[in-house]
Amino acid sequence: MAQTHLKLTVADRADAPPATGGARSDGGGRPFWTVRRRDNLVGYLFVAPQLIGSALFVLLPLGLVGWYSLHEWNVLAGTFEFVGGENYDKLLADANLREVLAGTALFSVGLVVFNLSLALVLAVLLNQRLRGTAFFRTLFFSPVVVSLVAWTIVWQFLLQADGGINGLLGVAGIDGPNWLRGEGTAMLSVIIVQVLKNVGLNMVLFLAALQGVPAQLYEAAELDGAGAWTRFRRITVPLISPTILLTSIITVVGSLQVFAQIAVLTQGGPGMSTTVLIYYLYQQAFQFHHFGYGATLSALLFVIVALLTVVQWRMRRKWVFHEA
Amino acid sequence: MKREMSVRLKTVLYGLLCVLCVPFVFPTWWMVTSSLKPIQEIFAFPPRLLPETWDFSAYRQVFELQPFAEQYVNSLYIALIVTVGTMAVAAMAGYAFARIRFPGQNALFLVVLLGLLIPSEVTIVPLFQMVHTLGLTNTHWPLIVVPILGAPSVLATFIMRQFFIALPGELEEAARVDGLGRFGTFYRVALPLARPALGAVAIFTFLHSWNLYLEPIVYLSSPEMFTLPQALTQFVDAYGGPMWNVQLAAATMTALPILVVFVLAQRQFVEGLAHTGLKG
Repeated sequence: MAQTHLKLTVADRADAPPATGGARSDGGGRPFWTVRRRDNLVGYLFVAPQLIGSALFVLLPLGLVGWYSLHEWNVLAGTFEFVGGENYDKLLADANLREVLAGTALFSVGLVVFNLSLALVLAVLLNQRLRGTAFFRTLFFSPVVVSLVAWTIVWQFLLQADGGINGLLGVAGIDGPNWLRGEGTAMLSVIIVQVLKNVGLNMVLFLAALQGVPAQLYEAAELDGAGAWTRFRRITVPLISPTILLTSIITVVGSLQVFAQIAVLTQGGPGMSTTVLIYYLYQQAFQFHHFGYGATLSALLFVIVALLTVVQWRMRRKWVFHEA
Repeated sequence: MKREMSVRLKTVLYGLLCVLCVPFVFPTWWMVTSSLKPIQEIFAFPPRLLPETWDFSAYRQVFELQPFAEQYVNSLYIALIVTVGTMAVAAMAGYAFARIRFPGQNALFLVVLLGLLIPSEVTIVPLFQMVHTLGLTNTHWPLIVVPILGAPSVLATFIMRQFFIALPGELEEAARVDGLGRFGTFYRVALPLARPALGAVAIFTFLHSWNLYLEPIVYLSSPEMFTLPQALTQFVDAYGGPMWNVQLAAATMTALPILVVFVLAQRQFVEGLAHTGLKG
């Protein structure tokens, strides 16, 4: 990793860096554009677009979120007034928000648990020595590339009271519920639709990790009389724990960004049962035009994402077997 | 592990795989076949796996009810520009952070990495305000510039950096001795070697832009500016009820081309995504 040490002895015959007019003499015969200076310049130029972008579209808006959250700002009424911590008082007193946070937690936990366990099951199945696993891998992965809203619309269609799912259940003699209109089933539906859409990504990451587990370990364990479940728990899980950590961070943070599925499938209903935080934020800011309160909710979302990431990162020492 | 599996075990595993893949495959099948059913057949009981009468009229209606061709072009050109732009920005930044030493490098990298912690949804309110102030609402600028330079490209930069860090240094040394400068080394030596990582970046950037939903519905207001995800939800009758067969025809046209490309190039897709910096 440290081979980027500069070799100052390399003669200065390299091309000039793109933005300069070539080597310039600096007094006593030593060229001003030494290799080190050129490297610095190229380095800064190369990272400049990303840095400017981060400053303009990440850091500045994040600062503005904080600033706006201190204001009463109704876009329709045209009011923009400094109110200090009032929005935060509102946040604490917001009875809807409690329901929203409970729904968000339920959604995220359900999604992560279901997604990771299904991804692991699929990866283990595909890791068996069977013909045609590449074919099945393609099938399981295919929803990842299906346009998100298209996938959601199909499921909206399938989950109608007289839709395909209940049609199939009806053939089997089961009277299916109105999935998207029942409080419990709506949340379940949104979770399942989202898991099926994206579980292929985690499956592929798990599969790559499983293929990196040395076969000798399994053979040795088998000689010692370890059964399949013991081998899985004592060898597979510890060895792929870095990947489990990575996928759980990606999936938890991703679960807080699920918007289109809810906007299309349930619009947050019935009642507020599927109104997760990001959807509530959208409603407050862009449907009810409370930009100040919307910014306050954004700040809350940011704190939650940051905390979850830090907590999971901290936890790695406890249970991740070894670090890459 | 070396022993052959018993026939019984194999049968069980194949059975399991077949059952498990139904919920992954059936929706796509149902989308395509239902879009070809006449409206009275669409909720028929018992459900039929194929249309009884094939009806292509929904595909005509898609173009009559919305400027769907324009919307398709919008989505496509935005996604392509964002993909190429992100590849360029991420390759350069990733290379510099991995292979060039310059003062302040680590601090700057941390600043960039913050983008991973801040989902773009968090900043949607101020971003909208910025776009509004610049008079760029109902244009495609925010859908192009923000993803290329902002939070969505940070993951791409991170993946490129991970790739370039693992690249053997001797190749670059050789290039330098041969008289190539930094830029030449990057462009002629490092970049061609980075094809697998660039491929992965291209795939997920394209999909991300193609799927974007919150940003378009916040920024865009006229149908001829819409991108596909937003357009798909607009096929409703006078009472706001979805026109299912038309909606499904539009969804099929949105989803199927990418699905076909994926099936043809699935090895690059799957392995590209698995074997880049994302691996734990």
